[in-house]
Amino acid sequence: MIKTTIPFGPQHPVLPEPLHLKLVMEDEKIVEAIPAIGYVHRGLEKLAEVKDFHQNVFLVERICGICSVQHAMAYVQGIETMMNIEIPDRAKYLRVIWAELHRIHSHLLWLGLFADAFGFEALFMQCWRDREKVMDIMEATSGARVVVSVNVVGGTKRDISSEHLAEIIRVVDQVKEDMKNMENAFLNDYTVKHRTVGVGHLTKEQAYSLGAVGPMARASGVAQDLRTLGYAAYNDLCFDMVVETAGDCWARTAVRLKEVYECVRLIKAAIDKLPKGDFAVPVKGNPTGEVISRVEQPRGEVLYYIKGNGTKNLDRLRVRTPTFANIPTLLVMLPGSQLADVPVLLLTIDPCISCTER
Amino acid sequence: MGLMNTSRMKSPWIIHVNCTACNGCDIEVVAALTPMFDVERFGIVNVGNPKHADVMVVTGCVNPKTARVLKNIYDQMPEPKLVLAIGACGGTGGIFAECYNVLGGPDKVIPVDAYVPGCPPRPEAIIDGAVAALGLFEAKAKAMKEKAKKAAEKAKAEA
Repeated sequence: MIKTTIPFGPQHPVLPEPLHLKLVMEDEKIVEAIPAIGYVHRGLEKLAEVKDFHQNVFLVERICGICSVQHAMAYVQGIETMMNIEIPDRAKYLRVIWAELHRIHSHLLWLGLFADAFGFEALFMQCWRDREKVMDIMEATSGARVVVSVNVVGGTKRDISSEHLAEIIRVVDQVKEDMKNMENAFLNDYTVKHRTVGVGHLTKEQAYSLGAVGPMARASGVAQDLRTLGYAAYNDLCFDMVVETAGDCWARTAVRLKEVYECVRLIKAAIDKLPKGDFAVPVKGNPTGEVISRVEQPRGEVLYYIKGNGTKNLDRLRVRTPTFANIPTLLVMLPGSQLADVPVLLLTIDPCISCTER
Repeated sequence: MGLMNTSRMKSPWIIHVNCTACNGCDIEVVAALTPMFDVERFGIVNVGNPKHADVMVVTGCVNPKTARVLKNIYDQMPEPKLVLAIGACGGTGGIFAECYNVLGGPDKVIPVDAYVPGCPPRPEAIIDGAVAALGLFEAKAKAMKEKAKKAAEKAKAEA
């Protein structure tokens, strides 16, 4: 049969981000997928060597607007390890609260876009309506909706008042209620299941050998979540990992959906145990040596390598992001599938191209 | 105002172009389209095809690779067209202005009609920017007509 090559992206209605895929087709079936990246490359790692290490917090937040809290968290935790700074307990809990709020917003965003990818627009709108409740609480506690900029070296930039804590509990309970209503549509709807069950199947061995991270790995039965390492305050909050074994698009939806419930539980536990006291310590001196800092993002594991030289500038900042680790799984899932399933498969890895290319 | 302009003002269709952005502005543009802010009540619809679009909403700065894509999409849009640059990057390149692979804002490649500052700007600000840009439509349509008239006269004279 004659092979045709169809370009997918960089400008595509399904994915707001510029990812380019060359799809080699045989009739309606994909034979090979060749990714081409570089549309979002800015040279951010080089810029981090020019700015000083306090300014870099704001820079790493702009690697990706969707998971900015986790990026800043990985960076400041690395710097704090290098400089032997013990941050106050309250700051650790506050970081967890903001990080988990961010995870809820990211997962709701993904669930909405995923619903849009299989053509369920009402569900997309519903997810994004609920997401606005989380955005409102982020604005109330930090002053910004998306890039909240709460992490600084030595703690957090601001405290959360008791009125706001009560409001957070009210909002996350509401989000949980709304999610329960939507869960049925995502996991049990006859038509939705036709688009997700058995599509993009990935076995446990494949997920492990391809180096999948985050919900991609957990949906295939690889129990891997960095929050079990107990960074920040996760050690005291009895974190419970969500793992599915089916390994298809349905399982990935289920993992992200159930993680929202886990986030709600973590936020409420963190608010319950929130210690009193300061939320930041003063920072003196400059970082020296090298460190590797890892944090669980909504999309999986992010790895920061930081090298300091005793001055206010860093020698090197290297970031490995979860989407970069998940792209090989996409290239395994795409061959053999139908062209109409490409948007669903592409979104199922929750791609964040601006993270990947920086 | 002619019929075409009235319909354009009543229901401008937008195309959203992510051009080396960090996703911060992009999710705010999508948030503006979803129920809380709901710009669809003003007839604003997000379309995937540049040939259907009246307004280009461009987020982020420009790098050498996206410059070509951005120019290509802009050229495919029918006249009269408007360009709305979102965010600090859309103005000057923002925090990335000093990066080695960044040329600057989208105005280095295509003409921009309105800028919405912020990192990222709130959805209300994006809606406000879109409304301000729509005010330029009539003048643009008029200029386009005059240009076509002049070209026709010139062709007639040459013939």
